[in-house]
Amino acid sequence: MTDTTILQKTPLHDAHVDFGGRMVDFSGWSLPISFAGITEEHRHTRNACSVFDVSHMGRLVLTGEDCESFLNRICTRNLMEAEVGRSYYSHICREDGGILDDVIVSRFEDRWGVVCNGANRQKIVGWLDQHREGTDVLLRDETTSTAMVAVQGPKTMELAAEITGQDLASMKRYRHVSYEFMGMKVTVYRCGYTGEDGVEVVIPAGIVKLLLPRLLGNPKKPHPIIKPAGLGARDTLRIEAAMPLYGHELSEDVDPLSAGQAWCVDLNKEFLGADAMRKKKAEGLLKQMTGLELDGRRIARQHQRVFVGANDVGEITSGTLSPTIGKSIAMAFVDVSCREEGTFVEVEISGKRVGARVVKMPFYTKPK
Amino acid sequence: MAQQGDAMTIPADRRYSETHEWFLVEGEVVTIGLTQHAADELTDITFVELPDEGAEFGVGDAIGEIESVKATSELFTAVAGTVVEVNTALADHPELVNDDAYDEGWLLRLKVDSAASLGSLMKSKEYGNFIGSQ
Repeated sequence: MTDTTILQKTPLHDAHVDFGGRMVDFSGWSLPISFAGITEEHRHTRNACSVFDVSHMGRLVLTGEDCESFLNRICTRNLMEAEVGRSYYSHICREDGGILDDVIVSRFEDRWGVVCNGANRQKIVGWLDQHREGTDVLLRDETTSTAMVAVQGPKTMELAAEITGQDLASMKRYRHVSYEFMGMKVTVYRCGYTGEDGVEVVIPAGIVKLLLPRLLGNPKKPHPIIKPAGLGARDTLRIEAAMPLYGHELSEDVDPLSAGQAWCVDLNKEFLGADAMRKKKAEGLLKQMTGLELDGRRIARQHQRVFVGANDVGEITSGTLSPTIGKSIAMAFVDVSCREEGTFVEVEISGKRVGARVVKMPFYTKPK
Repeated sequence: MAQQGDAMTIPADRRYSETHEWFLVEGEVVTIGLTQHAADELTDITFVELPDEGAEFGVGDAIGEIESVKATSELFTAVAGTVVEVNTALADHPELVNDDAYDEGWLLRLKVDSAASLGSLMKSKEYGNFIGSQ
């Protein structure tokens, strides 16, 4: 490699290399894009169980008397009645409504946890620091002292109970539980970013090498069901599930309402960005996140333009050839007048117009 | 690690460009494909756009596009000629490029007046060093 950038390594790095992971630079971290192949890993996650390293994501811990009111002012989600043992998806916005990040906020007995995007960690730490002045809130960054793995797929809960010896199946979605494992504290969240059932597990970095073989086996004798998966499959899985990705559907240039995430915004409370969002809502949104299904096999890429006749009505934020549905699907930020289901639009790909139809999101929902 | 495996399996019967196409000369017909290294880097290939038979190209022209889950890249020819055949199997099975880049995953064939322009391209060993140094 002629690239001299020194990439950060997660506690799982050596295991990725041992399992034949194709390592890439992902916002400063060396992470696997794929192992057996993106499509194969995608299908395996939909049918069985995959392990994703998400240790690059920021793990922040907040303590102090004022955490609840502080986080409630920072987050779009109403956290005033947040319960211990539960996790909440939320956005953190600027005063003008621009999204700084999307996060999972969890309440514990003695603290709060915030999981943010890896690429936004410094920004969010800075934002929290700036706004906690004069409050009783302490902030600790546990990103590098811990590892985080997502275990996802329909066989996950059964296998997780087997491996951990814990009754995890009775835990509902967006709940978390902490327990002792090998004398260290492990926290299991029933969350994910694939559209499948599964868990995300935070463990001290020091026990990764002990715990990982229980999950994956070793390269010579891999686990028969649980397989490693990379960032490529994580992206195609989240697109099928129409889950937004920061830097694509979400950015500082868009507000949560336009991004189609109004469900995590409580305009009846006061928080940073609330006034700007109320104003936007009153004036009416101009563009909104929309699902498209394209003709043919070509993949629509971020920033490609969307047209209705001669009119440029918006742009693509993410697209893929869906392994599950077998069609080219995309998310796009388009004029609200063109969002009715079935509307015919065109996407300009490499100078050619490709026909597409507005469809409902998510593109994929897991079988009940 | 993967690169050593690639280098060992780079066929010696053809020439290689810095943009990762291979060129196999058989008489006045040149078969063009993408190298296994490039196919691996692209990850799962989902679509290949190829020209029509009869289309004419000059040295350095873009002859098509190859698209994967990850990215879209242009394909270039290092020899001038007329398209005599395209790999029609790729329309339904673009993954053939991933599975067998040097054989079943070939892209197209050009009829050429002269293959002299390919003389400046890399031989298999040189290409192996080239991808190893990247």
